Amino acid sequence: MNDISIGGFPLDLLALQLVTGVALGAIYVLVGIGLSLIFGLMNVVNFAHGAFFMVGAYVGVFLYGYTGSFWLSLVAAPLAMGLLGLAVERVLVRPLYGRGIDDPLLLTFGLSYVMVESVRIAFGLTGLPFGAPPELRGAVDLGIGYFPLYRLFLIAFSLTVVGALWLFIERTSFGLVIRAGARDPQIVQVLGIEISKVWLAVFGLGCALAGLAGILAAPLQGVTPEMGIPVLAEAFVVTVVGGMGSLAGAVLAGLLVGIVVAMTSLVAPDMTKMAIFALMALVLLVRPRGLLGRAGALG
Amino acid sequence: MTTGFDRRRLLQGSAAASALALAAPALLRSAAAQGGPIKIGFPVPLTGAFGAEANDQVRAAQLAIKEFNEAGGFQGRQAELLVRDDKLNPGEAAGRTLELIEKDKVNFLVGGLSAAVTLSINNVARERRVIYNSISQSDAINEAKDFGRTTFHEALNPHMTAGAVGRYVFPKSGKRVAFLSADYAYGHEMVRGFKRAGEASGIEVVADIRHPIGASDYSAFLPRIAALKPDVLCLCNFGRDQVVSIQQATEFGLKRNTKLVAPVLLFTSRKAGGEAFDGVIGGTSYYWRLEDTVPSAKAFNDRFRAAYNGAVPSDYGALGYAGVRSVLEGVKAAGSVETDKVVTAMEGLKADFYKGPQSFRKCDHQLVQSVLIVESKSKGLKTPDDVFTILGTEGPDERFLRGCDELGHKA
Amino acid sequence: MSPPAPGHALAQGTPLAAPRPGSGRTGRWLALASRHRVALTLAFLVVFPWIAPYQALAVNILVLGLYALGFNLLFGYTGLLSFGHAAFLGGGAYGSGIAIAHYGLHPALALVAGTLLATLIAAAMGVLAIRTRGIYFAMTTLALSMCVYYVFYRAESFTGGENGLRGINVPVLTLPGLRLDLLDPMVKYYAVLAVVGGAVWLFSRLLSSPFGAALEAIRENEGRAQACGYDVRRMKLVAFVISGALCGLAGALQAIHLSIVPIETMHYSTSGQAVMMALLGGMGTFFGPFIGAATFSLLQDGLATLTSHWQLFVGAIFIAFVLFLPLGIWGEVLARLRRTGW
Repeated sequence: MNDISIGGFPLDLLALQLVTGVALGAIYVLVGIGLSLIFGLMNVVNFAHGAFFMVGAYVGVFLYGYTGSFWLSLVAAPLAMGLLGLAVERVLVRPLYGRGIDDPLLLTFGLSYVMVESVRIAFGLTGLPFGAPPELRGAVDLGIGYFPLYRLFLIAFSLTVVGALWLFIERTSFGLVIRAGARDPQIVQVLGIEISKVWLAVFGLGCALAGLAGILAAPLQGVTPEMGIPVLAEAFVVTVVGGMGSLAGAVLAGLLVGIVVAMTSLVAPDMTKMAIFALMALVLLVRPRGLLGRAGALG
Repeated sequence: MTTGFDRRRLLQGSAAASALALAAPALLRSAAAQGGPIKIGFPVPLTGAFGAEANDQVRAAQLAIKEFNEAGGFQGRQAELLVRDDKLNPGEAAGRTLELIEKDKVNFLVGGLSAAVTLSINNVARERRVIYNSISQSDAINEAKDFGRTTFHEALNPHMTAGAVGRYVFPKSGKRVAFLSADYAYGHEMVRGFKRAGEASGIEVVADIRHPIGASDYSAFLPRIAALKPDVLCLCNFGRDQVVSIQQATEFGLKRNTKLVAPVLLFTSRKAGGEAFDGVIGGTSYYWRLEDTVPSAKAFNDRFRAAYNGAVPSDYGALGYAGVRSVLEGVKAAGSVETDKVVTAMEGLKADFYKGPQSFRKCDHQLVQSVLIVESKSKGLKTPDDVFTILGTEGPDERFLRGCDELGHKA
Repeated sequence: MSPPAPGHALAQGTPLAAPRPGSGRTGRWLALASRHRVALTLAFLVVFPWIAPYQALAVNILVLGLYALGFNLLFGYTGLLSFGHAAFLGGGAYGSGIAIAHYGLHPALALVAGTLLATLIAAAMGVLAIRTRGIYFAMTTLALSMCVYYVFYRAESFTGGENGLRGINVPVLTLPGLRLDLLDPMVKYYAVLAVVGGAVWLFSRLLSSPFGAALEAIRENEGRAQACGYDVRRMKLVAFVISGALCGLAGALQAIHLSIVPIETMHYSTSGQAVMMALLGGMGTFFGPFIGAATFSLLQDGLATLTSHWQLFVGAIFIAFVLFLPLGIWGEVLARLRRTGW
């Protein structure tokens, strides 16, 4: 297979690059879904999403230091961020319902400062080293080249989480309420369902997903107080490209962004960051509501 | 919000403002020159990704101030350090530099921790004829375009560091070299340094890939590099980019066939990156284990340990010390705090502050100094700070700098 | 019945623009103040450097105030939230910076060059972005401004790339019959104020024109404005371009003030700064942007001098503002005055 090549790149390498893109996309999907859910349902632009990602990673790494179990961290980090998300919604975001879109934006922006600085005070400025747990270390021969085992795990695990989330939203009665709430909160209210409880739950869920993405990303890069900043921008791109509030859209967009990044890295490595924003601009101009977004609701 | 602090600052501000309006600025400057403490402005990024390095720079600089004052100061005048947070932002740094010069009337400036910030401080300072001793790596600051007579560069520059590392590594580890560099001037400068050093050993560049600065993931660049199986991979990036790219290169199994090289191997990065750094070779201006062979390093470390609970200074921290010390020694040698006289004195300074002999080259005020080649380790550490093995030292030599003509300085 | 989710109220905006003349004494005063808003704003700005901690900061605040003012035309008066205004501030800064550093142009011409470049960028971005609405408009402007950012980042021979543009040194400003020493911070402040004052006056004239009234009509109810026969899309585009030009002028002044242009000027975080300042000061108020810029800068500057953990306090203060002072400082002051007046 090695002698076949496209555009000067051997097919093996292109295939490997594709897998790399999917692994990258797995993280994008998780952060994107959380942001998209919160935005789609509540019209809240959560500027603290990257901070939840970062704090989730810290909580996970900290617990790992104590328990030595990565699996426990994988459960505890999203749980902790979910709880923190619930508290934030209840205490800080809820008083803002009925105000403009800019108020929650400014508030969560302030919150992200507080969260980042608190982590700096608690854990120091340099960040903590962290690698994949021993059972997930090493590289696997995929037949097209070696690929890190942890990144394969990342793809599988994210797929599972997205699947579970899809079942939850499509197949449970609470999921039905969420879907209805995204379409028309007033009608849901009229039907006797307290929409504020739905918003509370969704905010918590979104933050939990950010925390999960954080601890999953930690073995790839270690943790630092600033690790959430680029993630926030990437999550926005995924949300916008996929269509706000659309689960399937976030999955599609997350993978798409991952693959675009991977392929640009091959062809024009110095353009990778620009490619993300160019993609976003293109989608917005051609199809403003995103690939799978609904028309009208938010326009 | 309206605490006593704010009000006091407001009052100070208005007092300074009215004083300024009453007196001609030139008059004020000469008044400041005669009495009171010798003020050294010190803009560093206390917040942001390099906060740890910046804090270390401040601690070491304070040590230099303390030594100077305990030795009696200069003609009875004590030195004072005015620390400002430049937030790693060149615009903020320019504003803070203006504050230090215009409001605080500092005599000298030392500081900076990124090329962009250092160039920004320099641009503001040289226009106002205030001596600025940069402690951040940059090749551009040596070039005639950015240079002013008041510009000094205490830190190494990318050309010197990459060159020294290349001259050490290429003959030993092989000729097929790949570059993964941050796509900005600093990254390009390091690649250029390596390539020049590699000419002598006839290296073959198999890949020269530029990644966007601040990329959070490098996996997309690595399969291609792994497929090329280079002998040496030079990671020409800095700080967080370096930590993540080394960690991920390790993850992709690159260390099996390839020697990883990071031109500027930071003490703090190594501590943040942990064992992923094992076996990585790089250059540095200072590493505390230099004390095993160099007496002035031993003396400096001991004073630092005594002042800060047994902690050892980092590479950039040590530069904070040396940067301030160079200026203060210049004052002593000049017998004056006047800019012109101190510049001349600093040009003639031949000293050994903390790492062996050092002196400024006349044409571009670059400090000619040694470069240490170190290798990262994580096993058999004597203390948690014992993270590098010193493989070699390239002594101070003007030959390793780019020539004055090349930089655009007229003879 | 619980209130609608946040965001639905954006289109309504907050009608704070001009204090309505009331029957009380305060009302009359407010009406008078509103008529002389340019004079009052300038009176404050003339005194400002005497109370600011240092003049370089005062110049910064002046420039950022103009930046927020330009942004406010779109956000506060037209109801369009843009996340792309950094492209205009940066465009203006690079335009004038390049004119001075590379071509040695006179600073006055450089200001024109910077403003022109920003206007061009705004026109190009506006034509594309104006087709989208609400949060999609915000995201489109963000994405387009980041594309502009990368173009300038890569044009290293012109812009200095990551290292930033240096060498924008204007020690002395020579005008016919006038020689100003810009290295004297007070002189520099008043020179910048002369330009900013002109812009503020123009801005006020614009607001009181039929065009200004139409913009506010669009903010209050786009559908109704359309029905009234306004070409809404064109008016939005014109507002976008004028807003961009004002921000460009601010950028051009900033380049001369700092003598450098960092690439960060064009980053989306700088766009976020405009949003923060407008909200802090009070969106849709005439004087709010300057109050917002001053508060924002003084807070960051003062806290950073006090503690290296300043971001903790800045963040907490932002949260407190949103929760307790949603109209912004100036908006709240006006609202209080009006209440006591009646």
